[in-house]
Amino acid sequence: MKFSLTWLKDYLETTATVAEICDALNAIGLEVEGVEDPAEKLAGFRVAHVLTAARHPDADKLQVLTVDTGDGNPLQVVCGAPNARAGMKGVLGLPGAVVPANGMVLKKSAIRGVESNGMMCSVRELELGEDHDGIIELPDDAPVGTSFADYHGADPVIEVAVTPNRPDCMGVYGIARDLAAKGLGTLKPIAMPAFAAAGACPVEMRTDDAQGCPAFYGRVVQGVTNGPSPDWLQARLKSAGQRPISLLVDLTNYLMLGYGRPAHAYDLAKLQGAVVARRARDGEQVLALNEKTYTLDPEMTVIADDSQVHDIAGIMGGEHSGVSDGTTDVLLEIAYFDPARIGATGRKLGLSSDARTRFERGVDPAFLDDGLDLLTGLIVELAGGTPSEVVRAGSPPAAPKVIAFDPGLTLRLGGVDVAEGEQKRILESLGFSVGSDWPKNPDVTCPLRRRDIEGPADLVEEVVRIHGLDTVASVALPRAEGVARPTATPQQKLERSLRRAAAASGLNEAITWSFLPEWAAEHFAAGNEPPWVLANPISEDMKAMRPALLPGLLMAAKRNADRGAVSSRLFEIGRRYFRAADGLSDEKPTLGIVLAGEKTPRGWQAGKAKPFDAYDAKALALQLLEAAGAPVANLMVMGEAGAQFHPGQSATLRLGPKVVLARFGMVHPATLKAFDVDGPIAAVELFLDAIPAKKGAAFARPGFTPPALQAVTRDFAFLVPASLAAGDLVRAVQGADKANITGVRVFDVFAGQGVPEGHKSIAVEVTLQPGEASFKDADLKAIAEKVVAAAAKLGGELRG
Amino acid sequence: MTDITSQTEAALAAIAAADSLDTLEAQRLETLGKKGWVSLALKTLGGMTPEERTAAAPAIQSARAAIAEALEAKKAALESAELEAQLARETIDLTLPAAATPKGSVHPVSQVMDELAEIFADLGFAVATGPEIEDDWHNFTALNMDETHPARAMHDTFYFPDKTSDSKDVLLRTHTSPVQIRSMLAQGAPIRIIAPGRVYRSDSDATHTPMFHQVEGLVIDKDIHLGHLKWTLETFFKAFFEREDIVLRLRPSYFPFTEPSVEVDVGYSNEGGRRVVGGHGDAPGHAWMEIGGSGMVNARVLEFAGVDPAEYQGFAFGLGIDRIAMLKYGMNDLRAFFDGDPRWLAHYGFSPFDQPTLSAGVGARA
Repeated sequence: MKFSLTWLKDYLETTATVAEICDALNAIGLEVEGVEDPAEKLAGFRVAHVLTAARHPDADKLQVLTVDTGDGNPLQVVCGAPNARAGMKGVLGLPGAVVPANGMVLKKSAIRGVESNGMMCSVRELELGEDHDGIIELPDDAPVGTSFADYHGADPVIEVAVTPNRPDCMGVYGIARDLAAKGLGTLKPIAMPAFAAAGACPVEMRTDDAQGCPAFYGRVVQGVTNGPSPDWLQARLKSAGQRPISLLVDLTNYLMLGYGRPAHAYDLAKLQGAVVARRARDGEQVLALNEKTYTLDPEMTVIADDSQVHDIAGIMGGEHSGVSDGTTDVLLEIAYFDPARIGATGRKLGLSSDARTRFERGVDPAFLDDGLDLLTGLIVELAGGTPSEVVRAGSPPAAPKVIAFDPGLTLRLGGVDVAEGEQKRILESLGFSVGSDWPKNPDVTCPLRRRDIEGPADLVEEVVRIHGLDTVASVALPRAEGVARPTATPQQKLERSLRRAAAASGLNEAITWSFLPEWAAEHFAAGNEPPWVLANPISEDMKAMRPALLPGLLMAAKRNADRGAVSSRLFEIGRRYFRAADGLSDEKPTLGIVLAGEKTPRGWQAGKAKPFDAYDAKALALQLLEAAGAPVANLMVMGEAGAQFHPGQSATLRLGPKVVLARFGMVHPATLKAFDVDGPIAAVELFLDAIPAKKGAAFARPGFTPPALQAVTRDFAFLVPASLAAGDLVRAVQGADKANITGVRVFDVFAGQGVPEGHKSIAVEVTLQPGEASFKDADLKAIAEKVVAAAAKLGGELRG
Repeated sequence: MTDITSQTEAALAAIAAADSLDTLEAQRLETLGKKGWVSLALKTLGGMTPEERTAAAPAIQSARAAIAEALEAKKAALESAELEAQLARETIDLTLPAAATPKGSVHPVSQVMDELAEIFADLGFAVATGPEIEDDWHNFTALNMDETHPARAMHDTFYFPDKTSDSKDVLLRTHTSPVQIRSMLAQGAPIRIIAPGRVYRSDSDATHTPMFHQVEGLVIDKDIHLGHLKWTLETFFKAFFEREDIVLRLRPSYFPFTEPSVEVDVGYSNEGGRRVVGGHGDAPGHAWMEIGGSGMVNARVLEFAGVDPAEYQGFAFGLGIDRIAMLKYGMNDLRAFFDGDPRWLAHYGFSPFDQPTLSAGVGARA
């Protein structure tokens, strides 16, 4: 809502300054979004009298003027306007003034060798209109030397954001009422122009849709003269950001902007038969005033006559019956539409308008007759004509809400103690009826225009916002005794420690979009599940919910590589999104890692740059799983990391054969290609929801004393089939003598010379921990035999 | 006697002149070795009479001692010189670079979420979470925005074409407020929670991204009023920005899920082109900026969430996490939060060891 100070003062008797008014507006919940003071814009521009005008000696189109600005020292000004002439009055911008239209700072200068001490301005240069054919011509009585801002009546314009619960403040009068309640002045009664109505309304008006249009009032005014509006009206509309169109249109807009009351004027000559509020027929069309055609359906209320639809009720009128300069007879309509239906229709048509904004929030049901009379009176006064009596179809909601309101609630809910008398004053100044025996009789009757008031809490809000929220004092929340209790859930603790463990491993935490391009989601789809795509994505790149964390990180790695980054070590902790059986989501907490580019740069020690490999991914996966408290010693390395991974260089880490805790490995070349990023890239995903929670752990660790006897190590090298997984051999050796073997570590893998085709050599270091007594030679021999036997079961043969 | 003396002098001279451990060893063998003249001379003592021995022994013994001492000293000197020479050969250029360890970082949003959790834990708030893909009942209806409510349209909601099995619309949550509903339904009242997380609006420009982070706060108890809300936000901001001069301005506003509704402004000043929170917004050089929405939870919302409004009341607030992170740590471009650029992450991110704690101050200074 924008309005000028002058307009506000039409309704509010006040001596407050603009600054005071703005402070008050902010304080009562009408947030000031901006104040524009044209006087500031027009500083340095004066009413000036052109004394002489002579041709410029060196330019045909320029004249040299002497201009009087009232101080007795006429200035020489060069001017190119064709209408500049001796004797005229205009507007002179003095050196130092800033031209509003282009921000140019005027200065004393020489134009084609002739000194010029300012600029005579056009309407457009001062942003007062479009005209640029010549300089402004002021009437002869314009007082020379006065500031043009004062002469022009420059008027500050205030813009406020009206919250959707306050349609009553979508008119200047409502804002004036709130300000008066705040003590900023006195609200003036609405000045109703007098007129004499003659004869019944010649048009039949009917509502066939009592639900969508409970009240449908109108009257005809015959013999009007349309044309431009008077200056006062134009100035008000312009201050609200509305372009003046014609008197009849401007007056309906004035009613809407001034009083929050939309109305419509039809050209009577364009109507045939009864004018009816009814549901639209399926597929019925109307060409609206915005020159677009809308196709309607039976959920929408329209105003139509015998021949066609003339108005999308409460939203926008039709082009056909709109008033024009030639209109002589008008039908004025003022109606009450069901807010919900207006909103639904507007959303369905994608059509917004000032009328819709007001109707869908709810206009004042008690302001139909007065609104119509006000509009009629203004038309008769300014456009002439003879008004008929009002015709009324249906009736607006008329039962006021009555709320039992205990003044003590203001303190209990609002935290501020406001005297009963003051509470009563505030409510009454806002139009609420409070009985003289209140609060003994707690009933407060709400004005019909305040649809937003639902219960006592709303009345607390009214009292507190007018009394001043700044009077609410801070009160400490009651505090539990002692030190604050821990609140984090196991899942939260898990994510926190993983995040810091990952960062401590040299990874940068990224946050990427939860949505992906559809192809990327498809590429990482789990199984055959199609991507979960938004109905109204903001762009093709943000369309499908991510089924994995890797695509977002891969795209980040690509952006980084494109920017010349040598490496990206990124991780993210976030959710993957899947459909659940009930139609809602199954959101799985996940940690993703992408390692792209160089692991180590070329160096004087290390030689060539080294890329990341699958073991880097494995190391991170295990390290982080360990940080997450997963039993890493029991994990199995298995396959099926997914089609997005290199089939021979990827794996899953599982707890038992089914529970996948992580997948890791090198990204498949086809995936790299799809994401248009250079490899090799290693990646990890940890599935946090699969990590078993630590059960009932106490603070105390299990008892432990380091063994007194020293551990011994023995090395074994086995010739095994090339296809044997080293992990299987290790597990077999480990299990050969669980009592004594405490560690098995692969320290060499070799194939080639000396190793038969189809085989490889795996060397392991076995750690043996003696218990009570040291190992004797016979013990060691027995253990070694068990180790060799265990390896033999896998086809392993001890090398000599 | 003279013989021994001159022999000793000659041996000592040879030892002193030895330039290697080998020549020194040769000298040792020549003197103290089994066949060395000192050893042989010592052996002659066995065949002497006690008188002869008393006369001859001291000279021989002292020659032996002098030579042994000289050998020992020379050996140490030679070994030390050799070690020094070896170490000199082992000199390396330590201006050469050592292998770099990559430094990781924690994202500012995560860091600030941890800070929030830490501060609010002290005030007795637990951290609650909820789904990001919601149904319209939790996101709107239960928050007092029925289907026809104009505020619904103002939320720029992302919808899915799907419906839930009970025919509700499926959408991306537009705020963290549905977590209020879920938490109250799950645990009832009294309750104190914060709910940080991702939220989504179909909005994208220089200062808006379609995904961003919010934190919801909710306190429901028997006697909670607007004064408690004000104190809680003041207390939080003082702890978060670690300064005592935080001034909040409450302005009446409108949210369907609160009544009364309050917009929260915080006073700030511009220092070096940056907004610095603190001071009264009306003071010279200061201004107010909107920092969050809040209010007393609407009785209808309590009813939807299964809490009896006749018995319980309380407040809720919502803050933009990205925004307060920017204010505290000086980032100026929201879009960069979601870019994954290691340069930005290294600059604005946090060390993993900057775990917020109350005793060290929750914030991490640059």
